[in-house]
Amino acid sequence: MLKIKNINTYYGQVYALKNVSLHLKEGEIVTLIGANGAGKTTLLNSLSCIVPVQSGEILFAGESISNLAPSQIVRLGISQVPEGRQVFKPLSVEDNLELGAYQHYSSRAGRAEAKNTASMIYDLFPILHKRRKQLAGTLSGGEQQMLSIGRALMAKPKLLLLDEPSMGLAPMIVQEIFRVIENLSQEKQTTVLLVEQNARAALKMAHRGYVLETGKMILEGTAAELLQNKDVQRAYLGRDKKEIWER
Amino acid sequence: MDNSRQLFQYILSGLSNGAIYALIGFGFAIIYNATGIINFAQGEFVMLGGMFTIFFLAFFHLPLLPAIILAILFSTIIGIAFERLAIRPLKNATPLSLVIITIGASILLRGIAMLVWGKDTHAVTAFSGNDPLYIAGATILPQHIWIFAITLLIIAANKIFFNYSIVGKAMRACAYNSQAASLVGINVKTMVLLSFVISSAIGSMAGIIIAPLTMTSFDVGIMLGLKGFCAVIIGGMSSGLGTIMGGLLLGLLESLGVGYISASYKDAIAFIILLLILFIRPEGLFRTKETERV
Repeated sequence: MLKIKNINTYYGQVYALKNVSLHLKEGEIVTLIGANGAGKTTLLNSLSCIVPVQSGEILFAGESISNLAPSQIVRLGISQVPEGRQVFKPLSVEDNLELGAYQHYSSRAGRAEAKNTASMIYDLFPILHKRRKQLAGTLSGGEQQMLSIGRALMAKPKLLLLDEPSMGLAPMIVQEIFRVIENLSQEKQTTVLLVEQNARAALKMAHRGYVLETGKMILEGTAAELLQNKDVQRAYLGRDKKEIWER
Repeated sequence: MDNSRQLFQYILSGLSNGAIYALIGFGFAIIYNATGIINFAQGEFVMLGGMFTIFFLAFFHLPLLPAIILAILFSTIIGIAFERLAIRPLKNATPLSLVIITIGASILLRGIAMLVWGKDTHAVTAFSGNDPLYIAGATILPQHIWIFAITLLIIAANKIFFNYSIVGKAMRACAYNSQAASLVGINVKTMVLLSFVISSAIGSMAGIIIAPLTMTSFDVGIMLGLKGFCAVIIGGMSSGLGTIMGGLLLGLLESLGVGYISASYKDAIAFIILLLILFIRPEGLFRTKETERV
């Protein structure tokens, strides 16, 4: 469904992504793990066409999508839940969701559909329904994350890009959010690309995973393989640590 | 008795000038919120509104209403051209260089207006006669009522647009976080263009409704623009209540200053207020600090 072939991205003179390739099959959950500054967010932003790709190709459903406008990407069915949630704080919860379906609002049928989608999202996150008249800025971090996911789902994406949805949240809320993501993939067949620092939780849920290090893809495999991989364990899962300390 | 009547008169004319300043301030706020730049050509759209109206009235002998509609339309087209030709082509320009470009554009527009329409001062006929009405002993011109009514109408339309329409909400989302806005599929460039459309339309409207009272010429834009800027600074760059209050306050102080101190200090008062606000409360009188929870 999605194929990234050898893309390179720079920020000025600095390499952010070097010959990165990745693919996603329909209905898969794929996770991308890596340390801070490895280029995970850059990869997602390249997909959303917020960061221009210098060379290489991105194919979505067989069509090249590199260097389209970000709004066209959304129209094609790729929605991103950005890092740090980035909800529209001065607007109400309801308005945030409404804007998620911005491109559907040009037609009457689209508006009706957006209403349905919104009630589906309220079922998914009942707390948002309770808070729908509140300004998004007054929500807690977990609620903002739910809103951010809900806003992305309003566009009815075929591919959902999630950038560190667990960042800064309590473990219980992280569990709830992960459960929702898993449900989405099972019930709605939404394809998910999940960027995470919480590698263990991400790999438990995902089918496959990629490891990104300083702008290069260093590993690829099924989630089970990566969980067993010694390098991954040491660098991202925190096992072996005890033995290192004892030595 | 005579004193209180006089005071009432000052307040009335102060408020009607203030309403105009508030409208001009709105134009500043809308563009600032969408793009982060202060459009110093804003005053020129006020001038264009008045001058185009006269142009259509005098040269084409159109009735008032079509002349006004055409004047707003033409000013807005110039606003669009300004954005397309001078703002959009510049990629990665800093806000400061864009601000300087707007100053350049303002000089250009003023220069063209002078060449086309000359240096004379013109008066637009009042919308519905010049027979004053007497309210509580003070005289009020019908034009004042027009100014208040149209200002209220524009404020209400603004409020409805930005709070209830999807496009208005999208513009606010853009102003708050343009990257997140583009991630939900909002075309940020279109929103910027739209902000120029709205603010040049509102600016020209302001220029048209004040023209019968104060006359108009190619260079009225400088002063009116700066007064509007002053109003929006008092209001903390908001396109809401703050700027309305800022404009009215400025108009009132100006008119009371003219009445009780001296008419020659009229403009000085506005700029003293502007400087005081910038020194003491640069976030504006009315803006409360945004609360943020993470």
